[in-house]
Amino acid sequence: MTDPSHAVAADAPVLPKEETPFRRFVSEFAESKLALVGLAVFSVIALLAIFASWITPQNPYDLAQLDIMDGRLPPGSKSLSGYTFILGTDDQGRDMFSGMLFGLRISLSVGVGSALFAAVVGTTLGLLAAFFGRRVDTVIMRLVDLQLSFPSILVALMILAVLGKGVMNVMLALVMVEWAYYARTVRATAMVERRREYIEAAQCLALPWRRIMFRHLLPNCLPPLIVVATQQVARAIALEATLSFLGLGVPITEPSLGLLIANGYQYMLSGKYWISFYPGLALLVTIVSINLVGDQLRDVLNPRLKK
Amino acid sequence: MFTWMVRRLFQACFVVLAMTVIVFVGVHVIGNPVDILISPEADQAERARIIANLGLDQPLWRQYLYFLNDAVHGNLGRSFVFNEPALKLIGGRMPATLELAVTAVLFSICFGVPLGLYAGLKPDSFFGRTVMAGSILGFSLPSFWVGLMLIMVFAVQLGWLPSTGRGQTEVLFGIHWSFLTWDGLRHMFMPALNLSLFNISLVLRLTRAGVRETLPMDYIKFARAKGLSPARVIFVHVLKNIMIPVVTVVGLELGSTIAFAVVTESVFAWPGMGKLIIDSINVLDRPVIVAYLMMIVLLFITINLVVDILYTVLDPRVRLETKA
Repeated sequence: MTDPSHAVAADAPVLPKEETPFRRFVSEFAESKLALVGLAVFSVIALLAIFASWITPQNPYDLAQLDIMDGRLPPGSKSLSGYTFILGTDDQGRDMFSGMLFGLRISLSVGVGSALFAAVVGTTLGLLAAFFGRRVDTVIMRLVDLQLSFPSILVALMILAVLGKGVMNVMLALVMVEWAYYARTVRATAMVERRREYIEAAQCLALPWRRIMFRHLLPNCLPPLIVVATQQVARAIALEATLSFLGLGVPITEPSLGLLIANGYQYMLSGKYWISFYPGLALLVTIVSINLVGDQLRDVLNPRLKK
Repeated sequence: MFTWMVRRLFQACFVVLAMTVIVFVGVHVIGNPVDILISPEADQAERARIIANLGLDQPLWRQYLYFLNDAVHGNLGRSFVFNEPALKLIGGRMPATLELAVTAVLFSICFGVPLGLYAGLKPDSFFGRTVMAGSILGFSLPSFWVGLMLIMVFAVQLGWLPSTGRGQTEVLFGIHWSFLTWDGLRHMFMPALNLSLFNISLVLRLTRAGVRETLPMDYIKFARAKGLSPARVIFVHVLKNIMIPVVTVVGLELGSTIAFAVVTESVFAWPGMGKLIIDSINVLDRPVIVAYLMMIVLLFITINLVVDILYTVLDPRVRLETKA
């Protein structure tokens, strides 16, 4: 794998394309045009969010660049200093397009960050449960059951009511909501894999259990894990937006899409729809595109649906 | 069987106790209640007196026992904002939430079952496909966003329905209800629809899957061969069998519908307990937060316990599993 000459040979155009598992995965994924569209849209969104500070016409949090006289202008209006607000402005005279991209950045980083963190926690616990069985399994799975018997919003509400607002607290709440899904998925797969010969072989070699768990067991549990992770990123983004909309999420200094929508809510009833509408649209497109990718991943990676 | 039930009950009590510890520690230890309760102008002697009065000079475990003792007697403190007992406050707001949640659950059956039936009977039709695609949206879209769109279209643009509040209420059994007046119903339609979107998608998918599974069964073929009308086959023979899982799931979802009402109530300014808890968190009205959390945790643990016991009683397969 690490030998570079192999990689070069596989990429050489003269040779017929060797079918690697990864190539097969890519071509199966590409069978759904909708999923490809989802992937493309999500890539564009991610790039927009990452490079927000270079793309946007103004830094929405630099108060020196804002002019209160530009407040609540409809989309397409000219500002006093000359440029056009393509998506209008909010009550502070902030360009909605800029605000939206910066909000997108916060929404995505909170969503992806908490999903990854929950994946680490959940996967470790799930592997431990499957690997050691008995007591460890019982305790961990009891916790999973308990966690899953409460709706996500309630768990998040409890944590935020106790700890207060803040980006870190929201991340913590999202991790608490999500880890159980990873743990359950990984455990189910790992229970099957654990009885395979290669694990037995590794145990015969007297490898330390940590090595067996993470180097031998984990890679074989990855496919369902990837599917769950994709779905959970979308869920995390939606839940974060909901919490921020309720005023329990991110602080006003770091507004995510949910908070932007909440800010525009009071103006919506007077017909100034754009302050809420466009961040909402961005949220919608992000979630739907991730879900399209996730659905196709599920179909491709599910061994039961293999032809 | 009996030992299992006792053990399960014991477990539930343990979870309730664990939750009281978490809530108590969380709400009382993080942040100092003294700063909130005592005015900054109070002198040292008065501060000490109030602290002693509130029992805040006691060790933490004793404070916790006092809290537990009060909680068992139904006293979870007075709201700082409304100066009313917290439990009474929540109890006063509860009918509005229950009314909304029950209507949402009814909606999910009224919309979900016919749509799912159609999608199951004609899976390849354009409408059937659209319904299924729509159900994915129902699962994945944040409900507050859908609520905002509903308000924007039906209240702001078209002006058909009122956007916020409960409307006119009528008193029945000493409680105010919205569903008894036309104005109240008009106010309730959008929030209830919004709250039920997730459940509609759920019921729709369950019904569709049920129809697809049931149609090839022998007894359906027999009913057809007997010459029964298609309507009778579908509405009596097929539907009857599908309704069992649907009703079970809908019943289970009532709890989370009440929890998710927090979001819908905030969007539509529906004066239920969900709106109350969000407002209370925002102004740090601790007794109300504690009372709400304790109550809803208790509600959920009870629901789970009852479901577990009912399942074991009704389904012998589960019983075998717990014994093994």
